[in-house]
Amino acid sequence: MPAIFQSALHPAGPQAASISHLWWLMFWTCSAVYVIVIAALLVAISRRRMDTRPSDGTLRTSVVTAAGITVVILFGLLFASVATGRAVASLGAAEALVIDITGHQWWWDVTYENPTPSLQVKTANELHIPVGRQIRIQLKSSDVIHSFWVPNLHGKMDLIPGRQNLLWLQADKPGVYRGQCAEYCGVQHANMALTVVAESSDDFERWIMAQRQPAPPPSTPEQQHGLQIVERGPCAMCHNVTGTVAGGRTAPDLTHVATRSTIAAGTAPNTRGYLAGWIADPQHMKPGAKMPSTGLSAEELQAVLAYLETLR
Amino acid sequence: MIRGVTIVLLAALPLAGCERETRRYQELPAASSRPSSTQVSDLVPGLPTPSPPFLSPYQENAYGIAEGKRLYSAFNCNGCHAMGGGGIGPALMDYKWIYGSSPDQIYSTISQGRPNGMPAFGGRVPTQQIWQLVAYVQSLSVQVPRDAGPGRDDDMSARKSESRLDRMLPRTTGHR
Repeated sequence: MPAIFQSALHPAGPQAASISHLWWLMFWTCSAVYVIVIAALLVAISRRRMDTRPSDGTLRTSVVTAAGITVVILFGLLFASVATGRAVASLGAAEALVIDITGHQWWWDVTYENPTPSLQVKTANELHIPVGRQIRIQLKSSDVIHSFWVPNLHGKMDLIPGRQNLLWLQADKPGVYRGQCAEYCGVQHANMALTVVAESSDDFERWIMAQRQPAPPPSTPEQQHGLQIVERGPCAMCHNVTGTVAGGRTAPDLTHVATRSTIAAGTAPNTRGYLAGWIADPQHMKPGAKMPSTGLSAEELQAVLAYLETLR
Repeated sequence: MIRGVTIVLLAALPLAGCERETRRYQELPAASSRPSSTQVSDLVPGLPTPSPPFLSPYQENAYGIAEGKRLYSAFNCNGCHAMGGGGIGPALMDYKWIYGSSPDQIYSTISQGRPNGMPAFGGRVPTQQIWQLVAYVQSLSVQVPRDAGPGRDDDMSARKSESRLDRMLPRTTGHR
């Protein structure tokens, strides 16, 4: 997997491209204005005072010219900004891929909508999208205001409790892009990230077919013991593992947790070591997170880890 | 002299709010302890033994109570007890209950379950979260300091927020 990188100046989709064009236009315009103003100032400082006061006419012409140029530039930027706004809002295909994203303190709940409920896919903190297809993202929140921002693909859009916001985006280049909550939402706001994987339609179809499968049954005795702890211990109260008794809905879906690249909403890479540290003491890695310490013994923890690794 | 005392008192004032404000993310020793045995009947042969009141670790802590409120719907307590008014399960808005309404009794009821419908959550819900639920259940019958009770709902409110509830007199007959 390539390094995850996040930058509004390296657009990977049409909307991010419009936004970055506008950014560069404003940057170069303002740079030019700045250089000209500073140059004029330097000239004024270095020149000797004139012996005679310039006539009122000359003064008026200079002021009117400068004000005129300023107005023209500001209107130019205004039109560019409006044009960018229109370009960014131009998507809206009927055959778009519909994804529901619900913000929670402090993770992203992702549901791939499908008219057939059994074909819906639930995952968390990781979004897979096919390149070149329009994506309709429906944003909701379960607690406070969050904001969805994947700088390489689009601008920000808030997730507001009690209503649904819409965001259309499209990725043109395959890649892995990092997203981040962009509205302060509590102590772990900084650790509320998500990963967007843009891939070819074939890869995407393969991924979503795999995600639709229930969790594979555990094979070794240790993994079976792990499943037992997940189903009969504290995990199942909040987490869902499709195909088992664990059916909680208040925490990230773990059915295919081993396929994700990060844990705890981008807080740490998804390796056995980090996962062990996270389960053993979540409040150490992400103080304030809603996952409590579960008090598993070392042997139980190893069993749970062995089982979670099979959830591919 | 008076000025000095005033300054000291003013400086100590923020400390008074501490217990309400503290956010304890790590489980406290007190919160991981559980009542060893719980008496659920007021009747004893002979003279009653006065027992020291059992303190609920989160009952004065706004964050703990708010977490309990979140868990109350996350674990579907409201499925039976509604928002304190009761339904399939008994109401929680008064404080005279079959198995008692003191913190250790509420803890045991959640942890061990009770006949005729109350599931046993012990071993499924960590001790710390059970204590947070206990504190929230206490707030439904105004057994916590008023300023520590939750002041708002995330959803549309069906009744006053916990911090504005009136304390109800215990009902004298029956439990339903």
